[in-house]
Amino acid sequence: MHFALTLLLLASVLALAWRYLGSYLEAVYSGRVGWLSRAERVTYRLLGVDPSHEQRWHQYAVSLVVFSGVSLLLTYGLLRLQGQLPLNPQHLPAVSPLLSWNTAVSFITNTNWQNYAGETTMSYLSQMAALTVQQFTSAAVGMAVAIALVRGLSRAGATTIGNFWVDTVRGCLYVLLPIAFVAGAVFVAQGAVQTFAGPALIRDALNGATQLIPRGPVGFMESIKQLGTNGGGFFNANGADPLENPTQLTNLLSVALLLSIPVALTFTFGKMVGSRRQGLALLAAMGLIFAVWTGFTGYAESQPNPAVAAAGVVSQPQGNMEGKEVRFGVLDSTLYDIASTQTSTGSVDSTPDSYTPLGGFGLLTGMMLGEITPGGAGSGLYTLLLFAIVAVFIGGLMVGRTPEYLGKKIQAREVKLASLGVLVMPVAVLAITGIATALPVGRVGAFNSGPHGFTEILYALTSQANNNGSAFAGLNGNTAFYNLAGGIDMLLGRFGVMLPVLALAGALAGKQSVPVSLGTFRTDNVTFVVLLLGVILIVGGLTFFPALSLGPLLEQLSRGRLF
Amino acid sequence: MLTQLRPAVVLAAGALLLFGLAYPSAGTGISQLLFPHQANGSLTSNGSTLVGQPWTGPRWFHGRPDPDNPLRLDGVSGASGGSNLGPRSRQLVAAVRAAGVQLRRLGVDPTADLVTSSGSGIDPDITPQDALSQVPMVSRSTGIADSRLRRLIRALTVGPELGFLGPSYIDVLQLNAALARLR
Repeated sequence: MHFALTLLLLASVLALAWRYLGSYLEAVYSGRVGWLSRAERVTYRLLGVDPSHEQRWHQYAVSLVVFSGVSLLLTYGLLRLQGQLPLNPQHLPAVSPLLSWNTAVSFITNTNWQNYAGETTMSYLSQMAALTVQQFTSAAVGMAVAIALVRGLSRAGATTIGNFWVDTVRGCLYVLLPIAFVAGAVFVAQGAVQTFAGPALIRDALNGATQLIPRGPVGFMESIKQLGTNGGGFFNANGADPLENPTQLTNLLSVALLLSIPVALTFTFGKMVGSRRQGLALLAAMGLIFAVWTGFTGYAESQPNPAVAAAGVVSQPQGNMEGKEVRFGVLDSTLYDIASTQTSTGSVDSTPDSYTPLGGFGLLTGMMLGEITPGGAGSGLYTLLLFAIVAVFIGGLMVGRTPEYLGKKIQAREVKLASLGVLVMPVAVLAITGIATALPVGRVGAFNSGPHGFTEILYALTSQANNNGSAFAGLNGNTAFYNLAGGIDMLLGRFGVMLPVLALAGALAGKQSVPVSLGTFRTDNVTFVVLLLGVILIVGGLTFFPALSLGPLLEQLSRGRLF
Repeated sequence: MLTQLRPAVVLAAGALLLFGLAYPSAGTGISQLLFPHQANGSLTSNGSTLVGQPWTGPRWFHGRPDPDNPLRLDGVSGASGGSNLGPRSRQLVAAVRAAGVQLRRLGVDPTADLVTSSGSGIDPDITPQDALSQVPMVSRSTGIADSRLRRLIRALTVGPELGFLGPSYIDVLQLNAALARLR
């Protein structure tokens, strides 16, 4: 009953975000918001960019790749030089080359996979200047690509799809910065740490305990970590750490923040293509999968933990509390982890490795569907649009007409690009998981034995290819093999999708619009939503079922066995 | 390609200054001004109310069997985090059994939270049921009446926030600090 009210509150907040943030985003990206226009103008002058000049798709793509490359180098450099730089009260040494590579790739791709423990590896300066920065810009880049694709869909006979620099700057300044700042203050008011003072030494006279409490600029990183669907926390325990996610209120605020931009973008999309219903159809597909997965995983986690039961604990009234925090309980913990695995955020407030087999299955499969329910900031919308194009293509085959989407004829080039974008992720996941399980260097990383150990490896590579970043954290990822392979996995999952998306945007923008007729296959009704869901579930299901059956399904079915 | 290098470098550097330095500094300034207690780690004279501590023996209420080791004194390791043991792990069975044996030895019938470890490894809280299960133990060893301990637990129970967000819980450090004042 209580949890139903929590869901109701969340749904109300998201409905407001959908309507008002969605409409605001449209205004921002079409240049009709100007309360920071002076700062914007100065920025463009420094960049040497003419904001009125639009780019063709390949120019847009080159700008994006060059910017990401420079960000990668800068992040890598800061991590390597950490020992010589200020704001390092714990005197932490430089981050090792391979770990710096993995971490830099991870943050510029909006993944935030962490092969390190923040409080014992990263100086305050690294957390801020290397990592928090990318949490802003990588999210803004994702949103920019989504907007560019929607421009391609909404323009006719055009050669350009917008200006990468303008879109990125606007996303950062008008959207991410103000919301993150206000939300950051809320996190701190609730108890998240925010200080430059080093760790605090505690001596408790009551029990004689001595503790060193890690601190740092946490609260304001936490807000952008969620809002930008990044997920990389300051502390190793991420959102489970009370110094990072102190109360039930911050827990729900986190869920609302990480869902808000992906949900709002469906309204933005509807407004830009001139039909709110088109956006609603996408939102319905996202929402249905999200609701089913939340229910399924919440149910699975409400069951007793088999190992705890085997140890003779008769009653587990809430369900599986291993790896969960008392202040959140089972259901709110599950909601957080589901929201974060389905948005490419990847922050966790309870450890996925200790979820029940079917609970872990819920988290893992949420990512395997391609991070589209509702997916990451921008990446959710553009990946879902790829699925929509595949769906209209299949629909067109069934009725024997040239498929159209939003008045654009979908032809060989578009279908090829969409299929490429959809298939890059599964290929990366399965190929690298295959290599990892075939090689001793890959197998040695698994912490748990039996099918759970395999799930740890599969989860890690699924998470990185989807730019999610959550982990079955028992896996020791800080090895040469996983640092390298994970970096490649993340790059493929980011740019292997973004570049086809931009090419698609260019191809679509150039097309003329076909007038709607009686024979047009409608993409704003229930039939289309069902077709879209079918495509998503069949592609994801058929691709990953064999791998899943070796991991969580085998673990679930081996009742009574321990590993 | 090269014409793109200037905006890329300038934007990356500008973002570093704005989001990497100005944003967290402004955030720290505002936090230290408005919420200094929270921003510095919710520290009390006995420790942080947000970081669990190890409590042993029958004279204190116990928290969850976490390492409660937020940062090791030598600074070498000791990061927050859960056990990461899977749901069919023999190691987890052994850990839960060991925690249960310890509690039973003290005369406590263990609840699930008191034998499972948390996600953070420093969970500062327990549920009211977890606390109530320890009342006979604490009462026997301290001589404080059951009814007073129950009242204390009721008084310190917080949540659900807004009346419905999440479960009710008690901060173990605050509970034990209040217990020390009762003695």
